[in-house]
Amino acid sequence: MAEPATDFTLDTAAALASEEHEVAIVGRSPWYLAWRRLRRNYIALFSLAVFLLIVIACALAPVYAHHVAHTGPNDTHVAEQVNVGGHERPVIGGGAQFNAKTGKFEIKQVVILGPTWWHAHGKFVLGADNLGRDVAVRLLYGGFNSLKIGIGSALICTLFASFLALLAGYYGGWIDWFITRFFDLIWAFPVFLLAIALGSALSVNGFHHFGISIEPGSLWIPTLVISYVLIPYIGRPIRGQILSLREKEFVEAAIGQGAGPLRIMFSDLLPNVASTILVFFTLIVAINILTEAGLSFLGAGVRLPDPSWGNLIASGQNQIVTAPWLALLPGIAIVLTVLSLNIFGDGLRDALDPRAKVRIER
Amino acid sequence: MTAFVIRRLIGMVAVLIAVSFLVFIVFILIPVGDPAQRMAGKNPSQQNIVNIRKKWGFDKPFYVQYVRMLQKAGTGLLPGPHGEYDVLSSFQNRQNVAHQIERGIPVTFSLCIGAALIWVLLGTLVGIFSAVTAGRWSDRLVTTLALIGISMPVFFLGIVLRYFLAEKPAHPLFPDGEYVPLTKDPVQWAYHLILPWFALSVLFIGFYGRVLRSNMLDTMNEDFVRTAKAKGLDPRSVLVKHVLRTSLIPLVSLFALDFAAVLGGGAILTETVFELHGVGWYAAQSVGDLDLPPIMGVTLYGAFFIVLFSAIADVVYALLDPRIRPT
Repeated sequence: MAEPATDFTLDTAAALASEEHEVAIVGRSPWYLAWRRLRRNYIALFSLAVFLLIVIACALAPVYAHHVAHTGPNDTHVAEQVNVGGHERPVIGGGAQFNAKTGKFEIKQVVILGPTWWHAHGKFVLGADNLGRDVAVRLLYGGFNSLKIGIGSALICTLFASFLALLAGYYGGWIDWFITRFFDLIWAFPVFLLAIALGSALSVNGFHHFGISIEPGSLWIPTLVISYVLIPYIGRPIRGQILSLREKEFVEAAIGQGAGPLRIMFSDLLPNVASTILVFFTLIVAINILTEAGLSFLGAGVRLPDPSWGNLIASGQNQIVTAPWLALLPGIAIVLTVLSLNIFGDGLRDALDPRAKVRIER
Repeated sequence: MTAFVIRRLIGMVAVLIAVSFLVFIVFILIPVGDPAQRMAGKNPSQQNIVNIRKKWGFDKPFYVQYVRMLQKAGTGLLPGPHGEYDVLSSFQNRQNVAHQIERGIPVTFSLCIGAALIWVLLGTLVGIFSAVTAGRWSDRLVTTLALIGISMPVFFLGIVLRYFLAEKPAHPLFPDGEYVPLTKDPVQWAYHLILPWFALSVLFIGFYGRVLRSNMLDTMNEDFVRTAKAKGLDPRSVLVKHVLRTSLIPLVSLFALDFAAVLGGGAILTETVFELHGVGWYAAQSVGDLDLPPIMGVTLYGAFFIVLFSAIADVVYALLDPRIRPT
């Protein structure tokens, strides 16, 4: 076109359209736009890859145990010898030993087999613990337990909290009052102490009410406890968002069309907070893994001999001077997992809503 | 304002009653089975069980038991289903719970007040620094460090610090564990607490730094900041008086809750790792034996602090920010 349209005439739209090449205009959904932003954030994508690698590695724990380490997570090898790079070495050395020359028992310092890397062909790659168990195997099994609890409780927590927030925000009135007070009640406890209290009260006899029966040693106990205590952290901010969305025109339009409460809640309101929920979910998985580690560290989460990263650190703590890898390795695993989740969560938040102030307040 | 304070106080009492009822449900109603049977030991006679049931009121309806629990929480003798009167759990558990909590308070307060000072100071510095240099490599470095800080389990950090600074070296920089009362020797008190203070505050430094950074970046884009700059104010004073002051307000309520949580036994992991015999440590000791009354006592104690501090925070918040001041 020769000269730009300075005044808006009826022809302007047509003129502008003629300027466009003949390309069909593609509708871009917000999710696509977010993905385009996320795609450029290499650090976030790398963190996601690290997290997924950790998850896959832990999920393959039984495979590793059977085919590489040839042992189980609770198998002890106290009195055994391992061929490390051509040398026979005891899994647990020292202690009370019979000396054939003098004919007496001698007490030597206990030496636990350290990381053999690959010199023992997959056995004790990361060393042994004080009962002669393979640390690498326990680390993977423990990681699987920790991840199951972390992800499972985050799922339960976000689902339940979002549902409560929808109810409270949509109906308002006494339902809102009741649900907000419920949030306040949990909020009134130090989160971690409440989790410990629930965890240990449930460990006495398990839970046998309302037709639900959970045994004391079950992984469901830490999962449910953690998801319960963190509900207000997600529920409160989402309720706030729903409250303001409730006043928007599109909700009025939906009501005008004769939509029922369920349709408004799930097909009008929920999609609008979906991105917030997704970001919260990522960050809450990280928080839950930390909480689980703390609970298991104190003995109120996963109970020995079942491993989890938290209780592996707790039992390694006593041998920190003689066998530092016992406590340090699971700790590094936790830091890597949580850090990758946090970085990815930040990236996801920036991508989904660059101007959002989504934030977990604790 | 007075009406607001009074309303807040009434709300506080209501929440405390609800809290104590929840604690009652958790500890008395959830662990099913006959508590009297559990307390009576392995091979109890029927008479014995009946006696215990009478003595502890397990035959009474639950609301009578609840009131009883409240009375005993005051004196510290909590009627636990598995607790200090459990014949099997021997003498250690017969101690008065309120007494034990009282004994832990000086240690917990020393730990928490010191750590709170550190985390508020360093958290603010980290936040200001990374907001001012936003986008530069120094900001990236500091934000990454903050992120690592909030990704680190506090007990793991404690173990690492203890191992590398107090246990492993031949000439350790810091003493390992042991609490020296402030009244006995203030210098040694601080020296012994440096590592625990640091371990406890790292998480909060990272967290506050991140929150403050994003608050400040939001505020810097506000109109009133542009106005202040446009009328020629010194950039430094704009930063401190306009940006920082506004950005710090949301942190007040955050701080109140966090501080209350650590005071109320939330520093349980730090206390356990460094073997500081505070309130949290006392609760942690009972987790292993599933000795519920101490955990119950500490939970009630912690909830008390949170409820108190969140009421205080609301009032302070209203004083600081006229926009939300109730009429």
